[in-house]
Amino acid sequence: MDFTLTPEQESFRDEVRAWLGRNVQQDWVARLQRGSDIPRPEAYDLLRQWQRRMYEAGFVGLTWPKESGGRGLTFMEEMILQQEMALAKAPPVLNILAIGMAGPTIIAYGTDEQKKRYPPKMLSCEEIWCQGYSEPNAGSDLASLQTRAEKDGDHYVVNGQKVWTSLAHIADWMMLLARTDPSAPKHKGITYFLLDMKSPGVTVKPLKQLTGDAEFNEVYFDNVRIHESQILGGLHNGWAVGLTTLMYERLALGFGLQVRLRIALDSLVDLARATKKNGVPVTQDPVMRQKLAQMWIDTEVFKYTGARAITKLLKGELPGPEASAGKMMWVEGHQRLQELAMEIEGPFSQLTHGSEWAVADGLWQHTFLRSRANSIEGGTTEIQRNIIGERVLGLPKG
Amino acid sequence: MNFGFNDEQELLRNTARKFFENECGSDTVRRLMETPEGISPDLWKKIAEQGWLGLIYPESYDGMGLGLVDLVVLMEEMGRAVVPGPYFSSVLLGGLAVLEAGSEAQKKEWLPRISAGDKRVALAWMEPSAQLGPAGIALTAVEKGGRYTLSGTKLFVHDAHTADALVVAARTRPGAGADGVSLFLLPKGTKGLEIALLPTMDQTRKLCEVTCSDVAVGGDALLGAAGSGWAPLSRVLDRATVALCAEMCGGAQKVLDMTVEYAKIRQAFGRPIGSYQGVKHRAADMLVDVENSKSITYYAAWALDENSPEAPLAVSMAKAYVSDAFRRVSAAGIQLHGGIGFTWEHDLHLYFKRAKGSEFTFGDATHHRERVAQLVNL
Repeated sequence: MDFTLTPEQESFRDEVRAWLGRNVQQDWVARLQRGSDIPRPEAYDLLRQWQRRMYEAGFVGLTWPKESGGRGLTFMEEMILQQEMALAKAPPVLNILAIGMAGPTIIAYGTDEQKKRYPPKMLSCEEIWCQGYSEPNAGSDLASLQTRAEKDGDHYVVNGQKVWTSLAHIADWMMLLARTDPSAPKHKGITYFLLDMKSPGVTVKPLKQLTGDAEFNEVYFDNVRIHESQILGGLHNGWAVGLTTLMYERLALGFGLQVRLRIALDSLVDLARATKKNGVPVTQDPVMRQKLAQMWIDTEVFKYTGARAITKLLKGELPGPEASAGKMMWVEGHQRLQELAMEIEGPFSQLTHGSEWAVADGLWQHTFLRSRANSIEGGTTEIQRNIIGERVLGLPKG
Repeated sequence: MNFGFNDEQELLRNTARKFFENECGSDTVRRLMETPEGISPDLWKKIAEQGWLGLIYPESYDGMGLGLVDLVVLMEEMGRAVVPGPYFSSVLLGGLAVLEAGSEAQKKEWLPRISAGDKRVALAWMEPSAQLGPAGIALTAVEKGGRYTLSGTKLFVHDAHTADALVVAARTRPGAGADGVSLFLLPKGTKGLEIALLPTMDQTRKLCEVTCSDVAVGGDALLGAAGSGWAPLSRVLDRATVALCAEMCGGAQKVLDMTVEYAKIRQAFGRPIGSYQGVKHRAADMLVDVENSKSITYYAAWALDENSPEAPLAVSMAKAYVSDAFRRVSAAGIQLHGGIGFTWEHDLHLYFKRAKGSEFTFGDATHHRERVAQLVNL
């Protein structure tokens, strides 16, 4: 057991730290990262520029192979980067679905041509990716998806609908799961396509969510033609390819979530220090101190449970179903954190952006509302518990 | 970075698991917990033969010279088997106090004997006020001409009744601060020293009341210099706290294992109960509690071994988290077993009671959350 860094890792950390020190502008924090959730729509341009700068400095895609534009480093460096980003309160990487999911899946399953074509522009944020998985009638039960892709010469013709598609309104590409063999059992007839979002017949309709923002979308396909060279990982093999993406999703999120929780905690403590209750700072209230300390503990615990998972990765083990536990912990912790922010603000928690009385211009109100999605997106908490129960503990399926 | 155990530690785990399965199964635990001693000379001797009584003592005192991370492995296995007896009190409390505070002569006198299983030393620090800081040490030691007279009551003293000597924390200067706390080493039978065994919810862990009625001792009974006892005592308590957390992790893991096994075979409405989400989801929550408990405990052990400045914070984070987690897990274990889990015959209550006792040993979650708040300058 050893938490110390090698000299090489230390110098990598120093390099990251120095670069972030020169490049993170603190007003970005106030503008788009006070809470910890996915950026608000007005922040996309800023974030696009930010990822570009990180890319040019060589800090995007650390674990990707060099031939795909990455640096061929280990998850250790990735973790160091994420921790330094948290310490510096750096903005997140915008093209996260590409970096965390689409990219690794293409690197794992892609043809030489696909591997050459897509990954570099993911890293530079020239092409943003979204994920076409969920449908109105296929959420937790993803394999029931009904969007169809029918063969027509060397093309496939896609008809159907996706929903809850984050970033679709600014995305250039989509990881699309569609049914290519309706007669096969539901897991067997699915194919994974790389879809150009500018293709004729693709319609993106923003979906206004309870925060008032439209951060995700409905995507409609009306006779959209995709060339067969855009299939990833083979015809009818989409379920296996798609699961790989989900595995990377939990891994990528696992790194990112730890950072987001830490940033949110630091902001929460600042809020508590700055807020008075009965004439004294909230941090001096014995009950609130208990709740804040528990948040602190849970954030640290999450970090060390993550460190144990990374140790397994460094030993060459693939991310397994245990990652579901990390997702669940983050969700529970983050939702509690956001509720704690409301409790600290007290009656002021009712006021939103636009009121002079609103605390921090209503940023916490936004992140609080947004946090309700955490236990639904990326696999509901109920599904994560099923995965842990069945695949980690070995309990029988229902 | 490597947040895992090495081959030697894995070997220790395997050896310890087999040892306790063979030597300290549930029948043995139940038999021993009904006795006042809570241990048999035979089992104690066998544990000594493994070298585990000196696991964390330096080799110069006949120990194995290993660290807390190694100890964590052993403690997890002891917790898994709810091993009764004075390992905790003698090796980790009394013995560590001698190691941290004692003179070279005192260490040479006691540590090799503790390691060999020939002698046991308990630690009497808490009092009826149940205050955890230095202010809780109110038992007085009045000095006159180089001799001391001790008066007062100690409570919650682990295994004082079977110890050959007691380390007693006393106040040689009035007040509530750390600077007046001194440690004394009192052999069994010292005049004026009375020990009463208390009935405990967790029968596997024996607690005593220790009364000092004008106990008169010479200056040679001091363990370390007069007035300098709090610093070594708090180092002992931090180490013992992490060891306790590890023991709790082992117990929680065992409860989870028992529950999962039962949920696979117990049928209700024609299906194994583990196939119902009401059961499955609670088991998943138990797993999260167990895994998190291990993560923070391992980190705290490492931080102490490395003398990291963050170690006291890590210790308090661990005790706060694990205290709540083991209580939740052991209660969920009973719930998911249904009626059978509520019987005396089933082992679950041993773990449930151990969880409750451990929760309040060395400070509960509320105490440690406040310590965390202080250490991070909330």
